Amino acid sequence: MPNNLTVTTPSDLEVKMVRVFDAPKALVFAAHAEPEHVKHWWGRGNPLDVEMDFRVGGNWRFVEHAPDGDWAFRGEYRDIQAPDRIVQTFEFEGMPGHICEETLELTEEGGKTTVTSVTRFDTKEERDGMIASGMSEGAGQSYDALADYLAKLS
Amino acid sequence: MDRLSEVFGALADPTRRAILARLAEGEATVNQIAEPFPISLQAVSKHLKVLEKAGLITRGKEAQWRPCRLDAAPLREVANWVTTYQRFWEERYDELGAYLKQIQKEN
Repeated sequence: MPNNLTVTTPSDLEVKMVRVFDAPKALVFAAHAEPEHVKHWWGRGNPLDVEMDFRVGGNWRFVEHAPDGDWAFRGEYRDIQAPDRIVQTFEFEGMPGHICEETLELTEEGGKTTVTSVTRFDTKEERDGMIASGMSEGAGQSYDALADYLAKLS
Repeated sequence: MDRLSEVFGALADPTRRAILARLAEGEATVNQIAEPFPISLQAVSKHLKVLEKAGLITRGKEAQWRPCRLDAAPLREVANWVTTYQRFWEERYDELGAYLKQIQKEN
């Protein structure tokens, strides 16, 4: 079981991230569902403004006050099945209009919870941009050349 | 279309990625670029126009000899964005892991 974040590409328009947490599912779900919890971790250690209306059709908006500036994100909850599944849209306000849909699925085994997040992009171009830049280990061969090339540039 | 979308769109095509890889080795004319590809010069020119519009290549001024050159800046921009995205999620999940540990200890 991976302890670090693993990233793969299950289909043409999806990027999947998997991470295991040493905590029961109900608690991991609560950490995503309740603003009092969210503000403690989602900001990566930075102060976080949390507005969330955690119900289907409700909106969320988080503003992270990082040393390099404010980062604002927003979206809408599309499906909630406590404590197993959350579907929400995700948009970085710095790139407005680039909206993707995230599906979080929680499974528990032996007191540990696996969080599987699948991000679904609107268009192949948006996803390809990410993959081409070498984000995923599972990227297809056609991207290898560019990934190597990008590595040379940086 | 914003600049990042144009760069993503330009990178989504395998021929255009191959052209960029070729130009990473040094500047080249349209004929030199077209040589390894089983497609027409017109098709290559079309791809070059897309790359030029996205700011990924620049072309020489001389009418006959217009060598294409790679411009790495927009690629860096894309790479930076992706790196940032991944780093964000790694840091966020590390923080969640630590937070879960802490609140379980308290209870």
